[in-house]
Amino acid sequence: MALAGRRDAPELPDFGILKRLARDQLVYLLEQLPGKKDLFIEADLMSPLDRIANVSILKQHDVDKLYKVETRPAPGASDQFCFLVRPRLRTMRFIADIVNADKMSGRSRKYKIIFSPQKFYACEMVLEEEGVFGDVTCDEWSFYLLPLDEDIISMELPEFFRDYFLEGDHRWINPVARALQLLNSLYGPFGKTYGIGRCAKMSYELWRDLEEESESEGQGRKPEIGHVFLMDRGSVDFGPDVTSSDKSIKVLLNSQDKVFSQIRNEHFSSVFGFLSQKSRNLQAQYDRRRGMDIKQMKDFVSQELKGLKQEHRLLSLHIGACESIMKKKTKQDFQETIKAEHSLLEGFDIRESTSFIEEHIDRQVSPIESLRLMCLLSITENGLVPKDYRSLKTQYLQSYGPEHLLTFHNLKRIGLLTEQSAGETLTAVESKVSKLVTDRAAGKITDAFNSLARKSNFRAISKKLGLIPRLDGEYDLKMPRDMAYVFGGAYVPLSCKIIEQVLERRGWQGLEEVVRLLNGNEFCVSDSTVEDSPACESQRVVLAVFLGGCTFSEIAALRFLGKERGCKFIFLTTAITNSARMMEAMIEAKA
Amino acid sequence: MSRVRADEEEYWHSSKFRAFTFDDEDDELSQLKESKRAVNSLRDIVDDDDDDLERVSWSGEPVGSISWSIKETASGSASSLDGRDSSLQKGSSSYAALPKQASSYSLSSLFKGRNKLPSFQSLSDALTDTGVKSYAPELRRPKAEYKDYSSDWSPKDTVRRMQRGKVCSLERFRSLQDKLVLLDEAVAGHDGNVITAVLIFLKRTLRREILFRELEVRQVALCHLIHFLREMGEQKFLLDLLRFLDRTEEVALSQYREHLNIQDVEKRREFLKGCIGLPFSAEDTSHIQDHYTLLERQIIIEANDRHLETAGQSELFRKYPRKASILNMPLVTTLFYSCFYHYTEAEGMFSSPTNLKKTFKIPDKQYVLTALAARAKLRAWGDVDALLTTKVLQEYVRLVEDVETRLNLATKYKCHDVVIETYRDLKDRIQLTAYKSKVERGSAEEEKIHSILSNVQIRWKN
Repeated sequence: MALAGRRDAPELPDFGILKRLARDQLVYLLEQLPGKKDLFIEADLMSPLDRIANVSILKQHDVDKLYKVETRPAPGASDQFCFLVRPRLRTMRFIADIVNADKMSGRSRKYKIIFSPQKFYACEMVLEEEGVFGDVTCDEWSFYLLPLDEDIISMELPEFFRDYFLEGDHRWINPVARALQLLNSLYGPFGKTYGIGRCAKMSYELWRDLEEESESEGQGRKPEIGHVFLMDRGSVDFGPDVTSSDKSIKVLLNSQDKVFSQIRNEHFSSVFGFLSQKSRNLQAQYDRRRGMDIKQMKDFVSQELKGLKQEHRLLSLHIGACESIMKKKTKQDFQETIKAEHSLLEGFDIRESTSFIEEHIDRQVSPIESLRLMCLLSITENGLVPKDYRSLKTQYLQSYGPEHLLTFHNLKRIGLLTEQSAGETLTAVESKVSKLVTDRAAGKITDAFNSLARKSNFRAISKKLGLIPRLDGEYDLKMPRDMAYVFGGAYVPLSCKIIEQVLERRGWQGLEEVVRLLNGNEFCVSDSTVEDSPACESQRVVLAVFLGGCTFSEIAALRFLGKERGCKFIFLTTAITNSARMMEAMIEAKA
Repeated sequence: MSRVRADEEEYWHSSKFRAFTFDDEDDELSQLKESKRAVNSLRDIVDDDDDDLERVSWSGEPVGSISWSIKETASGSASSLDGRDSSLQKGSSSYAALPKQASSYSLSSLFKGRNKLPSFQSLSDALTDTGVKSYAPELRRPKAEYKDYSSDWSPKDTVRRMQRGKVCSLERFRSLQDKLVLLDEAVAGHDGNVITAVLIFLKRTLRREILFRELEVRQVALCHLIHFLREMGEQKFLLDLLRFLDRTEEVALSQYREHLNIQDVEKRREFLKGCIGLPFSAEDTSHIQDHYTLLERQIIIEANDRHLETAGQSELFRKYPRKASILNMPLVTTLFYSCFYHYTEAEGMFSSPTNLKKTFKIPDKQYVLTALAARAKLRAWGDVDALLTTKVLQEYVRLVEDVETRLNLATKYKCHDVVIETYRDLKDRIQLTAYKSKVERGSAEEEKIHSILSNVQIRWKN
């Protein structure tokens, strides 16, 4: 191993202050409505709220009952209502309904809406239209950044993805710019900012705009973060999601959990070894109590037992989790899915993969899975052959419901699932050939023709950047060689590869072709006031900003890269995502 | 570093609401520097509610120069223009400036930011004689010291102020030229919230056709308006816009989307019927047609089966009560349902699997897969056998080279397709016609025979 060349990774900044700021501001806002009050909380703010405050803090500040937004208040509700919400129009209507119902029944109450992270003008417009403007007071809870782990900060805005990339709405760019401003003021100034993508560029520009007005008090302070890398999620990446798992138990997993902190980045195959080693140690430590005299036993009980018990609890939790993941993994479906994914990535057996997807659909296996595989096929092949597109779509609608017509339309608009335009395929030649040979061979020939005839962006990028590592021999997942280990050695997430390349080159030089294939909008700006010497600690701390979400696979890959290069990555993402969540965001539901 | 952190932590835990000031020459001050810096950075992010003076509704409605407490009690009049309360009436650009009560300093004041607009910054800088860069003291300054510059704000400044969450009057942008400059500035500012706010103003103050015409060349703004209309549920306006833009497919999809909000199945069916004529692509039109037909069938099946179930005469329904209604289920689920409860029904019945197969052109493979699952669930092994036999045998029988043997085997195992195709290849019209009696009435096989017999291109040998 090339351990010798590595430097110790720099320390991470402390993000605990972000939680404290958010909590204190919330407390302040609650106090703005003195006295007993009921609090209505937006469903998707609940879990973020749990991470920074708890019910007793709320109770301390006179919160009496807690409701979920969308539930009607009980008859014995208090005289003051406080709504902690995202700036959404339908939530405004819900609030207006409550206020108007109270008015009708002659009930007088005080109402306060706390918007997080900010208020939208359109929300006030709805309040005005509903005739409750003035009956309610509005405030903003500038809760932009939620540290999820020592190196992950989430904006908890999953809707960013759909709002920006599907609807083309720029409403979340301002919150991103403000989040950057806050981080810059606490941990900056950032020495160098890189970015790619239209959204990344706009966020950067708005952020700089905000910075220019502020007095930049951060200047002269010792920076803790050296580089920033902004990246659009959009169409940039869409890897398979091999490492995902269903969590039926809700546990707060982060680096404070000693066991988890050691296994989280390992490939699944090496986790077992680790866990079993760990449990053997544990057993050995327990066993020591045999043959102890009374005093030794007393010491053991008072000093070590608690720790051991704690470790024991954690271990059994993780072993249980592994079991449940294994159950899913060993299902035949899972293995086949992985196989199909890998074939798609490498671009062989397209025909076979297509019929694999078809079967998935016919058997009504999870609608999200089917969609995901179709999107993967489309991205790797630069769109589906019209014939395949039509037949897969028809079967999909038959299996999962005709209203998915809208889902297909959305996926087409966002570019995740498209149809090759007619001119690009060699249908005529193909049909002649297929008359001469069997179905199977015809499929292969079609593939060959297509790869000749069409230029696939994905293939070009993949080739250019070496996203699919060439395998000589077995890929040893226990001794990862590169970032591809997160996908069992099959694929390096594109986003991570780009970050690696740009940091290595300290810019975009030599990546012109890749940039072109990714639709450009790349930038690289240095802050001249910040010392740009690699010796400086902060120069080895990189803030990776994912606009539209970031996956745990990407996080694991970059953590690996950091370990290799002696640097640390901090992740700022609009939300933690995975392919299933991206697909769900494309599904049309009732208004 | 870590020592500072520890102190800071202690501060944050202990301070709660204890009042303090930055101009205090306290020793604590130095310790608080870090936290203060953090908090100050929040200035902009936090809405300054106390800056009442600057509150002019962005839509131009008077929100006023009066403190929030009054507004709260004014119960709704704040947004009315009835002039009952003249202080709520906004003059063109000047405001009654009520000096605000000096608020006591608390942690809360930390969150109150100073106005950060360049012009304001210099103004306040000039007024601040203490060199200390602290924010709390400014809140004490009577509001009257601020000048109102609203009428001087350029479109760019207006957009900037709005981006920072300030309320801004847009009413003075009256000429089309001014409105468009404002919109373009908003788009250039990259803040969707502001873009939408400007669009709401434009929508209110411009005739549709003019707004549409201008948006046609402003794609980013256009996206925002479409998204806004969709979120507001302003369907009619949205459709008008899409029609104006000639986006016919989107018109169709937007209308079709509405069906998701219709709960009543009869109404939904009627609505879907109306969707068939919408300008979808040819491919989608057939999907919509299928959707309508499917729901139509489901309504019929549901009514019958509910009746059967409540009457309690059908053993199948008694033994396997339905878990849910079949309404609004996908086609494959409906097929499964019908294979489960209505497997043996004649093709003429809407609820029969063969009828579904034919109506919706369900591929053989899909049909067999679903039927197998349903019959296996019922443990109807005979049906499973038959399904497997016909499917698998057919493939094998087809491969038998000797025509005589093939015909015998195919007839014996009722591989209709093979028999029919063999007679066709033998050009034996008599045998083929005779075979009609062996297949079910109205079945796909019968139709196949008919179509072969009526094929004028075949030169029959008899």
